[in-house]
Amino acid sequence: MTYQSSFNNIAVTNVSRRDLLKGVVATGGLVLAAQFPMTRSVFAYATGAADMPHGVVTDPHVFVSIDSSGLVTILAARAEMGTGAARTALPMIVADELDADWSRVRVKQAPGDETTYGNQDTDGSRSVRHWTQPMRQIGAAARQMLETAAARRWNVDVAEVSAQHHEVVHTPSGKKLGYGELAADAAALPAPALNTLKLKDPSAFRYIGKGNIPIVDLFDITTGNTTYGQDVKLDGMKFAVVARPPVVGGKVASHDAAAALKVPGVEKVVLIPGSTPPAKFAPLGGVAVIAKTTWAALKGRDALKITWDDGPNASYDSKAYRAMLEEAIRKPGKLERNEGNAEEALKSAARVVSAEYYSPHMAHVTMEPPAATARIVDGKCEVWAPVQSPGGTREDVAKLLGAKPEDVTIHTTLLGGGFGRKSKCDYAQEAVILSREIGGAPVKVVWTREDDIHHGFYHTVTAERIEAGLDSNNKVVAWRQRSAAPSILSTFAPDPKFPANFELGLGFVDNPLNVANLRMESGEAAAHARIGWFRSVNNIPHAFAVQSFVAELAHELGRDPKDFLLELIGPARIVNPTVTTKLWDYGEPFDVYPIDTGRLRRVVELVAEKAEWGRKLPKGHGLGIAAHRSFVSYVASVVEVAVDDKGNWSVPRVDTAIDCGFAVHPERIHSQLEGAAVMGMTVAKYSEVSFKNGRVEQSNYNDYPVVRIDESPTETRVHIVPASIDVPSSGVGEPGVPPFTPALCNAIFAATGKRIRSLPIGPQIAL
Amino acid sequence: MIKLRVNGQERPFDGDPSMPLMWFLRDELGLTGTKFGCGVSLCGACTVHLDGQAVRSCAVVMSDVAGHSVTTIEGLDAHGNHPVQVAWRNLGVPQCGYCQAGQIMQAAALLAQKPAPTDAEIDSGMAGNICRCGCYQRIHAAVRAASKGA
Repeated sequence: MTYQSSFNNIAVTNVSRRDLLKGVVATGGLVLAAQFPMTRSVFAYATGAADMPHGVVTDPHVFVSIDSSGLVTILAARAEMGTGAARTALPMIVADELDADWSRVRVKQAPGDETTYGNQDTDGSRSVRHWTQPMRQIGAAARQMLETAAARRWNVDVAEVSAQHHEVVHTPSGKKLGYGELAADAAALPAPALNTLKLKDPSAFRYIGKGNIPIVDLFDITTGNTTYGQDVKLDGMKFAVVARPPVVGGKVASHDAAAALKVPGVEKVVLIPGSTPPAKFAPLGGVAVIAKTTWAALKGRDALKITWDDGPNASYDSKAYRAMLEEAIRKPGKLERNEGNAEEALKSAARVVSAEYYSPHMAHVTMEPPAATARIVDGKCEVWAPVQSPGGTREDVAKLLGAKPEDVTIHTTLLGGGFGRKSKCDYAQEAVILSREIGGAPVKVVWTREDDIHHGFYHTVTAERIEAGLDSNNKVVAWRQRSAAPSILSTFAPDPKFPANFELGLGFVDNPLNVANLRMESGEAAAHARIGWFRSVNNIPHAFAVQSFVAELAHELGRDPKDFLLELIGPARIVNPTVTTKLWDYGEPFDVYPIDTGRLRRVVELVAEKAEWGRKLPKGHGLGIAAHRSFVSYVASVVEVAVDDKGNWSVPRVDTAIDCGFAVHPERIHSQLEGAAVMGMTVAKYSEVSFKNGRVEQSNYNDYPVVRIDESPTETRVHIVPASIDVPSSGVGEPGVPPFTPALCNAIFAATGKRIRSLPIGPQIAL
Repeated sequence: MIKLRVNGQERPFDGDPSMPLMWFLRDELGLTGTKFGCGVSLCGACTVHLDGQAVRSCAVVMSDVAGHSVTTIEGLDAHGNHPVQVAWRNLGVPQCGYCQAGQIMQAAALLAQKPAPTDAEIDSGMAGNICRCGCYQRIHAAVRAASKGA
């Protein structure tokens, strides 16, 4: 892989707006659809975009249209859940290369259709890292077509014209034509020869890398003029809520709907068939109440009498399960990575230090609980839903109905938070089932907060044990780490009871520490709940364990935690782990996104400098540091904690440094990392979903609290490692969370001497 | 028949008097700027003004609002330019945006009562409104910017 600017294989073709944009873009003269062939070499650098479902393989399309007034419409094909990537950053890249005036650009949401748009699965902190290059190319192609149209109009050489901020200028004469005046001519032209595509020099960027573009929905958000999934309203729409089995895999044994049907406004009670794990995103089943209003549906549900058959997970008990996980990590497990001979090195070590860590299940509790609306007319199904994977939802709904994907339209609403919960479209499928039950009439399924917490796809529960062997010079010569956690794979396939490679690569086998004898093992862990992605996924427990343990070792050896962390990271190098199953590097080509300890060191050094590591602190305060690579980005955090004499604690200041390659939208990166500190604090302080008799014990924000403004970090300072556009952009949405928790716990140790090894912190440091 | 004013307009309601105001606003009037978040007064996403006071519309039932005046985010300012809304935009507060209408309504009521709040008063005044994206630093700064103490 070389970092060459080669765009020779991209096929950019004019397409008829009527053919491809029917119902999406109302007006337009110029329409581009860029089709990427299967090769990766169309890009200056390769990314994993090519290997995503419908990614490069099925030719992702990105659309631009310009109407005669000059209004540029750019389609957002991915889902907007709050990062700003889908509806702001990506269209902004197109607009910049097009040299469009952002005030004359509008963004329209594309429907779920991966055949047309390429992969739409908005997950894994992938949007910007996979789509920056294609977006630049689309914008550049459109710009050059406008220039060619102008040159022909003026009968001059195209070299004499240039697009400048929404108009094309003939340099010798100063003549100008607006984009709107050229749009129709440009649309009639053949696409520019691919080897003539000229990307802007970064010095000419107006928006890319500047952070000067507010999110496109900003005004509407502040005025309430937004439509999230919960807000959809169609003519004649019914409202539904569902009583779902309290235990995963459970079924309705019997139900009595008589009282529910007497509630004014309740129209129908419908049985939804259950699903037996592994059921992917199939609905859990249960009893649905369909009514004229949400309120009537809720009252009707309260009046249902249901007897459940709980099924095989009825005995799931988090306390007992924790003991099983801890047993699993105290004996040899499945070998996942092996460097040197950790077993021998531990035996011959002068000293062995060990610790165990525990991280519980968590729920996403997006501010918007799941919701979806569906209707079926003449065999065509339409769904309005806040889904992270609009294309995947389309496929799942088509399969459910036995319909062709082209008979299913997914309208992606705004997402009131996603965090991985809305990667699973069970709620959309419920709406489709219920619409079908009432003859295709529109129906909105509303999930309450209790539904959300009781019927999630939970962050896995993890027990972890690390043993380090020290030689007589206190050098770490052996590291054996065992982890046991139910696998996400159990949601999709018969439970493997061991992690898949895409879980092992989330901060476990990709551990970058410079220890000669290093051994990673997985313990057996069966799933008894639906396990799913939660922002940052397994990186949270792994970073918690590893980065806490590094600080524990530092304390044991009387070393400064930052210096010791840098020493353990070791010299700048590429780490290529010796693994037993293929290393999963976030789906990216390893040569482009290697595990680079030089970059990890740099964020540690940067955050230490900016946070003035070692600065004098008031009594009761402590500083903690942690660093972690995830989603092919590097993040280090320094957290300051203040603990009063009753054990109440607060976080006066957080410093976070990120190296995410080229920073496409620095202002939104700041915003994501500010938010990650809050979510990290919630993870650390409160988050635990526990099961008893197979049922989730929590139900709302009272017993599943999240951090509020009066306890959130007072100040979060974000520091971005500067990088040119040649440095591949990497993840931003998720990487900020994992290092926060261990940095906080290390700060608590510094302030109090109390070591947190079990999350959440809860009352552990209360006096 | 219950009559109330919503954003200056008289609105009749003859359904279940125990229905929370939130569902009337959202399902019947289509004023979906008022969001459903928890249903039990824990998150603040459904915050509206009832006779100028910030209330959780999920916890106020229709019989309570008879004869009263309700302002939702849609009615806070005719042009969307209430100082709190302007501050929110200037500071780029929102991420997903779902909680923000409730946050703005809470902040507007807070500043109407305390035009120059202390930092602690901002935090305690806004503590009933959850933001899962974690925009609190900017929420605090925006309330401060919209205040007389800015």
